Amino acid sequence: MTKPLIFELGSPGRTAAGLPEPDVPVTKPEELLPFGMRRERQAELPEVSEVDLVRHYTRLSSLNYGVDTGFYPLGSCTMKYNPKVNEAAASLPGFTGLHPYQPEELSQGALKLMYRLERYLGEIAGMDRFTLQPAAGAHGELTGLLIIRAYHVQNGETQRNKVLVPDSAHGTNPATAAMCGYETVQVKSNSRGGVDLDDLWRLAGADTAAIMLTNPNTLGIFDENIKQITDIVHEAGGLAYCDGANTNAIMGKVRPGDMGFDVVHLNLHKTFATPHGGGGPGSGPVGVKDFLTPFLPRPLVECRVDEEAGKTYYLDHRGGQSIGRVKAFYGNFGVMVKAYAYIRMLGAAGLTEASEHAVLNANYLKEKLRETYVLPYDRTCMHEFVLSPLKSGERKVRTLDLAKRLMDYGYHPPTIYFPLIVEEALMIEPTETESKETLDGFAAALRQIAREALEQPETVTGAPHRTPVKRLDEVTAARKPVLRYQRQS
Amino acid sequence: MAGFVPHTDADRAAMLKAVGADRMDDLFRDVPGDMLLQQPLDLPAPLSEMELATHMRLLAAQNKPAAEEYSCFLGAGTYDHYVPSVVQHLVQRSEFYTAYTPYQPEISQGTLQAVFEFQSMICELTGMEAANASMYDGATATAEGAVMACRVTGKNKILVSAALHPEYRQVLNTYTAGLSVTVEEIPAPQGRTALETLERNLGPDVGCVVVQNPNFFGIIEDGPILGEVVNQSKALFLVCADPVSLGLLKPPGEYGADIVTGDAQAMGNSMFYGGPHVGFFAVTGRYVRKMPGRVVGRTTDGEGKRGFVLTLQAREQHIRREKATSNICSNQALCALAATIHLSYLGKNGLKKLAELCLAKARYAYQQLVRLDGVEPVFEGSFFKEFVIKPRLSPAKVNSYLLEHGIIGGLDLGRFYPELSGGMLFCVTETRSRQEIDCLVGRMGVCK
Repeated sequence: MTKPLIFELGSPGRTAAGLPEPDVPVTKPEELLPFGMRRERQAELPEVSEVDLVRHYTRLSSLNYGVDTGFYPLGSCTMKYNPKVNEAAASLPGFTGLHPYQPEELSQGALKLMYRLERYLGEIAGMDRFTLQPAAGAHGELTGLLIIRAYHVQNGETQRNKVLVPDSAHGTNPATAAMCGYETVQVKSNSRGGVDLDDLWRLAGADTAAIMLTNPNTLGIFDENIKQITDIVHEAGGLAYCDGANTNAIMGKVRPGDMGFDVVHLNLHKTFATPHGGGGPGSGPVGVKDFLTPFLPRPLVECRVDEEAGKTYYLDHRGGQSIGRVKAFYGNFGVMVKAYAYIRMLGAAGLTEASEHAVLNANYLKEKLRETYVLPYDRTCMHEFVLSPLKSGERKVRTLDLAKRLMDYGYHPPTIYFPLIVEEALMIEPTETESKETLDGFAAALRQIAREALEQPETVTGAPHRTPVKRLDEVTAARKPVLRYQRQS
Repeated sequence: MAGFVPHTDADRAAMLKAVGADRMDDLFRDVPGDMLLQQPLDLPAPLSEMELATHMRLLAAQNKPAAEEYSCFLGAGTYDHYVPSVVQHLVQRSEFYTAYTPYQPEISQGTLQAVFEFQSMICELTGMEAANASMYDGATATAEGAVMACRVTGKNKILVSAALHPEYRQVLNTYTAGLSVTVEEIPAPQGRTALETLERNLGPDVGCVVVQNPNFFGIIEDGPILGEVVNQSKALFLVCADPVSLGLLKPPGEYGADIVTGDAQAMGNSMFYGGPHVGFFAVTGRYVRKMPGRVVGRTTDGEGKRGFVLTLQAREQHIRREKATSNICSNQALCALAATIHLSYLGKNGLKKLAELCLAKARYAYQQLVRLDGVEPVFEGSFFKEFVIKPRLSPAKVNSYLLEHGIIGGLDLGRFYPELSGGMLFCVTETRSRQEIDCLVGRMGVCK
């Protein structure tokens, strides 16, 4: 059944809001507002009761699928379980009620949290300093590349106008390079799924500003030549940027800073278990090696030690070479609280175990599926792996169909058609918080769907059958966009 | 085991065997040996959930939240509005908050429909024809809007009012650093954008004019006149607006705005030390395909049933890569949901009433304050919920005195505007009672 829009509920004159009566003298707004700036027609907002409102959004929530609903092996997105204690911590009024401009002496707990989180992330990533300002991974990429740009400009190397990006990279990498005024140069992958060193040799040069690399990459493969890669770029005078979206594979095992990267962003909403919120808020802190610290956005949180007062945390706004702000205020603080709590709960051993089991789960699932599906890069994977469908050579059934059919079995589909270098790609990231039984069940479903594809392909190509809506007409949606509700008059 | 790893020893052994490994380290064989960490990370020892809960409570207790323990008269981009209980209750439904970006529409109709409702409400408030699914915050929405304007006009200069939030201007400068675009400020000597300077500088190379309304000083700019001036040029007119004010103020779409941005933290989101907030981004119909960010559209399924999908993805980074309109991937979906629920809660009349409350209380506070000996008004003109005054003592002294009496006073403007040092920006929302305002006035009266 189609769910009504909130606008289609309620009745004119109804409201859920019980606002207080004014306790101050009221002058008519018409007398206070300039004539030309008064609103003549009220915005057509919903007119519903509180019960209508609660039922409407409760019903909508039931049409969603989240990690709390079931297995969500969305590759490159690290859909691990979001611990509830972190949610509770982030709801404490001592965090939610802070104004960013309130005096620092009233915000010592928040500043201490940020100060410590920065250092924890530095230890985990092998970097010297972090900015917590970026609001998401792509925002971190922008911050990181602007830092690299500022570094080259300071060295008078303004001719460095190209960013090297492997063909397996996240789409955000080239898009970010363009936002910084850089030209993207694509680097080929080799037959093992890593960067083609010969191609990199050929491309790296006096015009190279940076390479943007994810390691482990989007195929779930740890590039064993990583040191050679960062060396080649450094020898050419460029810097190495690590897209840290896949850090869940390597915590406590190996660090971007030790791989030769100069800049890295981490996705707190992936690696550090903060929820994705249906598309945000995230948080994308950016870490740098010492020589790039002057370019970080300001303010940074610093600590002053005084014999009498003890430790005092403060915001340091100084920094003449800083790239400037990338966001108002200090970043998505509410997300930082959850990531901080996660790191404190797991500690070093827990984070390492998380990464080890993320890798174990991915390899186990890969083994369970290798008989049925094509494995384009057959080697030990890290936290995720990529399949190219059906070994049977069945062509009628496409990856999209498999994904849709998985919903009928109660699973969220993996990432599909990415990375672009694998035909009909199916990118699977189970994460460490899933049990063996869950993985076995998922593998059984994918094998069953493979059988269906041969024996009764219409069941698969017509999927999903059990979802609130069937396949939606995306072509018409894009061709004749309807992006808002308008009341029929 | 910590870390929410469910594996038993038997599971682990069976799984390692299945993948042909003897131990975990075998799975990391592609990592060069000399790169592998030889000792554990240097992090504090793990805490049990109970210990963590206590630790977090103690950490939170080291803060004195403006919204809880003080009468807060700070605004300047983060606002202490009341968040109704229903908002928090509904956004805590984990079907919403544990979902990813809705790539698979068949099982994401909850998020998708809520975003469609958000877009619709933003269009209604701003008077624009299309809105996106949200941006990181008001600052980045404004910066991306100005960059978009330069892209679509093919011009390379942005004129920005000095009365736009200073941190928004800083973000705009950062976002344009790598592009061949220059940003030039239009002063606001009387607390509003100088019209003559704007007209004089509005040359053929200008792609965007950025104005905040109500502006950083709380003053209501003359939108229609600004719109007329900008619309006579080839530049796009970008207005950054406070959604609460739009309960009473003319929507920017009715005075010539091509792009309307803003921050909707004020709607249903806690202050949270400045984030997460939620930016919004709306345009006229002709720029729909030029917008950054995610967009949700209405469509039908195979059975003709209404449904919603992410659409116009040909603009986006995962399809268009270096030719995308932006690199944005995650936005602020859950905060947008909170805003949608709050706006639904208020409804058509509630939003207006809320805006009237803010207007009346700010007006009352202003009148009482400027009546005091030694407190001077700084600007003339209508304001919404914020205003500037100048006390005889320095803002630092005034604020520390107020703080002793449980009041967080206004923003010291000298921090951002040296020429306005001594000035303070006060904000009064519906959450401040007359008693609190009278208390502020009383304290200001004896603070000389």
